Amino acid sequence: MRRLAAVWHSTLGRHLLVTAAAVLVVVLVVESVDDFRAVQLTQMAYLGIAAGGLTVLTGLNGQISLGHGALMAVGAYTTALLVSDDPVLPLPVALLTATAVTSAVGVVIGAAAARLRGPYLAGATLALAVALPGVALHFGETLGGEQGLRLRVPETPGWVLDAAYFVTAHDLTRSKYVAYLAWFTLVVVYLLLANLARSRVGRRWRAVRDDEVAAELAGIHLGRARVSAFVVSAAAAGAGGAVMALAVRLTAPTGFTLTLSLTLLTAVVLGGLGSLTGALAGAALLTFLPSVITDAGTSAGLDDIRAAELAPLVYGVVMVAVVLLAPRGLVGTLHAGWRRLRNPAVTPDPTTSADAASPGATVATSKGDTR
Amino acid sequence: MQQLINTALGGLTLGMVYAAFALALVLIWRSTHVVNFAQAPMAMVTTFVALEIIDHGHSYWLGFAVALAAGLVLGAVVERVVVRPVEGGPEINAVILTLGLFIVLHALASVVFGNRYRSFPAAFGIRGIDVGGTTIALTGFGIFTILAVLAVMTLLVLLFRFTDLGLRMRAAAFNQEVARLLGVRVGRMLTLGWALAALVGSLSGLLIAGGSLVSPGYMDSVVVYGFVAAVLGGLDSPVGAVVGGLFLGLSLSFVSGYVGSQLVALAALAILMAVLFLRPDGLFAPARERRV
Repeated sequence: MRRLAAVWHSTLGRHLLVTAAAVLVVVLVVESVDDFRAVQLTQMAYLGIAAGGLTVLTGLNGQISLGHGALMAVGAYTTALLVSDDPVLPLPVALLTATAVTSAVGVVIGAAAARLRGPYLAGATLALAVALPGVALHFGETLGGEQGLRLRVPETPGWVLDAAYFVTAHDLTRSKYVAYLAWFTLVVVYLLLANLARSRVGRRWRAVRDDEVAAELAGIHLGRARVSAFVVSAAAAGAGGAVMALAVRLTAPTGFTLTLSLTLLTAVVLGGLGSLTGALAGAALLTFLPSVITDAGTSAGLDDIRAAELAPLVYGVVMVAVVLLAPRGLVGTLHAGWRRLRNPAVTPDPTTSADAASPGATVATSKGDTR
Repeated sequence: MQQLINTALGGLTLGMVYAAFALALVLIWRSTHVVNFAQAPMAMVTTFVALEIIDHGHSYWLGFAVALAAGLVLGAVVERVVVRPVEGGPEINAVILTLGLFIVLHALASVVFGNRYRSFPAAFGIRGIDVGGTTIALTGFGIFTILAVLAVMTLLVLLFRFTDLGLRMRAAAFNQEVARLLGVRVGRMLTLGWALAALVGSLSGLLIAGGSLVSPGYMDSVVVYGFVAAVLGGLDSPVGAVVGGLFLGLSLSFVSGYVGSQLVALAALAILMAVLFLRPDGLFAPARERRV
């Protein structure tokens, strides 16, 4: 027992324990649901992966990006191009390549973004999000144009089928295979992000976010810290996009509109900036709540198309309310409330804990006022 | 040659609309230091209000006037109710807030007005004018667009330069503390600034819509172009916004005409990046003094 406590007290040990538990939960959950829910879970996973990247960028480094939908598009198109080729690459290789390509794009965008602040950065990344679908249309011959690229998920490898049968005692369907792939990717990405956030790199990101001058005096290269945060975040978005390509099986410009970028931002803000738990919670809300809200809308007498728009309406209102009333996001607010319940004497200081592992980050973290 | 002229004329008309939109962004930035990304859906909502009125058999001009008035009210309400609490706070909160508003207005318009494409009438002809046997790309509505934007700009200049109210608004934008000490109701001035900006934004929405199709998303790319135009001019300078808008309209028109219409947004992104790298304070900002 003492040894377990020792493992728990080291950051890596704790993260690995949580990872092992997460893998177990993933297997249990995916096995206990039907194929339809498995597809929904896959959607939650790819939103969660990309939102995890965004929350690290915005929450820990103070850079806002509306271009993560575009970065997901880079990952998705790379995957679609790689997987449609003969001979088919193994999926993990395709996922890794897509992540690497998106990281390379992230270096370019990050280098530009590192020089911009607040609204300028938001505007520039917004322009990216609006511009990128046009590129796919312009180079229609390679990128499929309006129709997009169809993707056939390759045969599940034999050893995976065997292993799955060995563990669960029934056959693995194609959608569950993709769900597993998505969730294991998510677990790996989150493990890496959580470790990075707790490491020297993460401390540098936070230092740059909180006070540029102090960070520079402490010997931190501001540009390098900003670009590295952007690249890590872009890599996560690329991995998310790659999983999305596998899940949706069609990579088309209409899937990567401004709405996707705004959706990611919503997930991150709802959960609480800087919190990976929050990003996952936000992704879950964005995946499972729409059908509930839409059903409520249709039973209230709206037609289907209008009822489908109720969900974004609710998110938007909640997002505005979160910024105005609970800038720590849902997870952050719950966490603070829980702490207050446990020891009422200490009033938590909102500025102290703003890291990925403990969800106490605030929206209002960027103190560097550069007007 | 004819294509060159037509592209330039198209760019000029479009540039005037971007200029109006950029002007709306600049007005808000000057008074509250917020970039209002929700400007596009706000203009979209007021355009739909006009469309509803016109579709119910009333005249185009009634719809036009009501839309502008609706913009005025919407701007004031948004500033007073939603934006006031984040003014002066961290920039990122204001950005996220206006984006939240973006989503809300978008979804609200889809629920209320439906999200199919609907055609919006134009007050004047949308066929090119004949000059010496050839048709040029300047339409009656295009001329109206240019004149309307010019008129609004003149009115704004008159307001800010020659009226007491304009002076108070400038004082509130320049230094809130001092303006307050001198008896300016700063809060009201900020609300009024947002209201005026929203009115100009609604005008640009109506002008883009004229003679084409509108849907809840039809202004989405305009917010990008308006932002690029405003940054070109320095985000702080109304004159810069107008020149930036015209420059951007012309450039994008040439990109669309000679390179490919799908790359217009990418060209806007390239122009934005070039400006931010070469002259981050815009083409019209005075050289900023710096302590050495």
